[in-house]
Amino acid sequence: MKFIASHRNLWGLLALTSFILFAGWFEITHPEGFSSLTGGIFTFDALVRIGILTIVVVGLNLLMGYTGQASLGQAAFYGMGAYFSAIFTARASVVGIPDTIANSWWWPWLLIPAGMLITGFFAYLVGRPILRLKGHYLAMATLGLGIVVVILFRENFGISAKVLSLTGGSDGIPGIPRLRIGTYELWPVTRYYFLVWAMALLSIILSLNIVNSRVGRALRAIHSSDLAAEVIGVNTAEFKTRVFVLSAIMGSLAGSLYAHFQAAVSPPTFGFVASLDLVIMAAMGGMASVWGAPFGVAAFFLIRELLRARMHLVVEGASGEYEVIAFGLILILLMIFAPDGVVFGVRNTLHRLRHKPLSDS
Amino acid sequence: MPTPILEFDHVTKTFAGLTALHQVSGQVWPRQIKAIIGPNGAGKTTLFNLITGIYELTAGDIRFMGQSLVGLRPNEIAALGITRTFQNIKLFQHMTVLENVLVGAHTRTHTGFLAAALRLPRARREEQEVIAQGMALLNKVGIAHRAYDDATELPFGLQRKLEIARALASQPRLLLLDEPAAGLNSTETQDLVDLIRQIRDEGVTIVLVEHDMEMVMDVADEVLVLDYGEVIADAPPEAVQQDERVITAYLGVD
Repeated sequence: MKFIASHRNLWGLLALTSFILFAGWFEITHPEGFSSLTGGIFTFDALVRIGILTIVVVGLNLLMGYTGQASLGQAAFYGMGAYFSAIFTARASVVGIPDTIANSWWWPWLLIPAGMLITGFFAYLVGRPILRLKGHYLAMATLGLGIVVVILFRENFGISAKVLSLTGGSDGIPGIPRLRIGTYELWPVTRYYFLVWAMALLSIILSLNIVNSRVGRALRAIHSSDLAAEVIGVNTAEFKTRVFVLSAIMGSLAGSLYAHFQAAVSPPTFGFVASLDLVIMAAMGGMASVWGAPFGVAAFFLIRELLRARMHLVVEGASGEYEVIAFGLILILLMIFAPDGVVFGVRNTLHRLRHKPLSDS
Repeated sequence: MPTPILEFDHVTKTFAGLTALHQVSGQVWPRQIKAIIGPNGAGKTTLFNLITGIYELTAGDIRFMGQSLVGLRPNEIAALGITRTFQNIKLFQHMTVLENVLVGAHTRTHTGFLAAALRLPRARREEQEVIAQGMALLNKVGIAHRAYDDATELPFGLQRKLEIARALASQPRLLLLDEPAAGLNSTETQDLVDLIRQIRDEGVTIVLVEHDMEMVMDVADEVLVLDYGEVIADAPPEAVQQDERVITAYLGVD
């Protein structure tokens, strides 16, 4: 196969694709089947969300896991894509887009790459100065970036009612249309699901190719030693900026997909907590692993939904705080026993069971 | 008169008032093996860091094939054809032996984000070429059998060889070796001397900083001796060994 760098990845892709197709087929043939199969804990919607966030986390993985550049503000780029699509569709009249264009089926599709372009350009402008910082300082700067961007979504700064009507302030923007091709609407959710996962798989494939190339090696070299990479000829500033831009672009794509899925956007989805969640998902999947991304996101959802649905069985009358505490504990245990993420954790455990005798006798 | 491949022109470097190098001048001629020696703190590694652009000169000039290196970034200097190894080996972690060498070929290759993501034909062709060249290099330094092992899992001696192979992968004109024999036993050092000679014979000029005097006197064509940041001798090994100031500096006699 010429389009993918390694055969081992090919099998993984086939397995993941088969699972996605099967789950989609199952939901179509057994409506609500997914939900009833998991006792109502896990809905089919969650699979769509996992697909959307996989795109963001793959990007974050390239930036943090492979290149070693921390970002605690990644949700900002996710939000920029979401708000871009939301404003230019649901608020098209406010921005002055003629109805004939705003109501055409291709308009929202056009906005997705346009949002990616603008978000990428924004990331380029802030990335160059920010990425000169290292370690904790970079983490702080990206944290600040994330906070500022969300404030822009939420506040009107007393400028005018028109600005507020653009972003909807803390209420956000409702009424975002579904995507359609001609008259074929990508809805109900089972249809949208296939679009989302096609995009997620595409971002996985392209990222795997980048990782196993001259570019990916340069990124990993930067992670290991900025200095040694620079001295061997890698333009570290350039590569850091580019991977930052790439991760922002992927965030924006996911944001647009989210906006058309949720049909509404509001600031908290893209705030500091969301950025932290993204880092947690990346860590759960394994930091330097493109493959880890979908599993990390899935593990995050699975654990959270499970706690939400079943925590009251463990502690009677448990409130939301108990879920947070339990989640934190699970996270700590995961980092101790599977520091390289769930994928490697499971693989290593299987490997150990297979190759080590279970008893010493 | 031919131009030197590398020329120090009154190189001065001070750190917060402390002078590490003072008015150091000297030349390295093409295809030469030049050693830089001196007691600890004499400024040898500082000189390497100045050549490779890690530090900025305080005064003076360093020229590579007649072109000033002042103001160039390390990656730009590498692209001109100068690469180095480090005293405390800096291999790329979590990367295989082969991948480390492939990073060395970075300046000679061009695949960018888009070509890599889409695996365009030219990216695939370049990748194949560079892997073949990388394996050939690993063969040359004798570690091809470890190509797919994690680089940092290699024994110390092989890590040194790998670092040299990585530097060679950029096909440099000038190779700087910072204490290449440190931590090697005598067999490994002899191996290293053979390798250095072979590299020189293939047309690469070599500058090395080294403490192993026996090795230096064996391999070097010329030796530049630094003491307290100043040049006290710059001559062939036999002459340097007879030099009063060198003997004084090394024995610490007043």
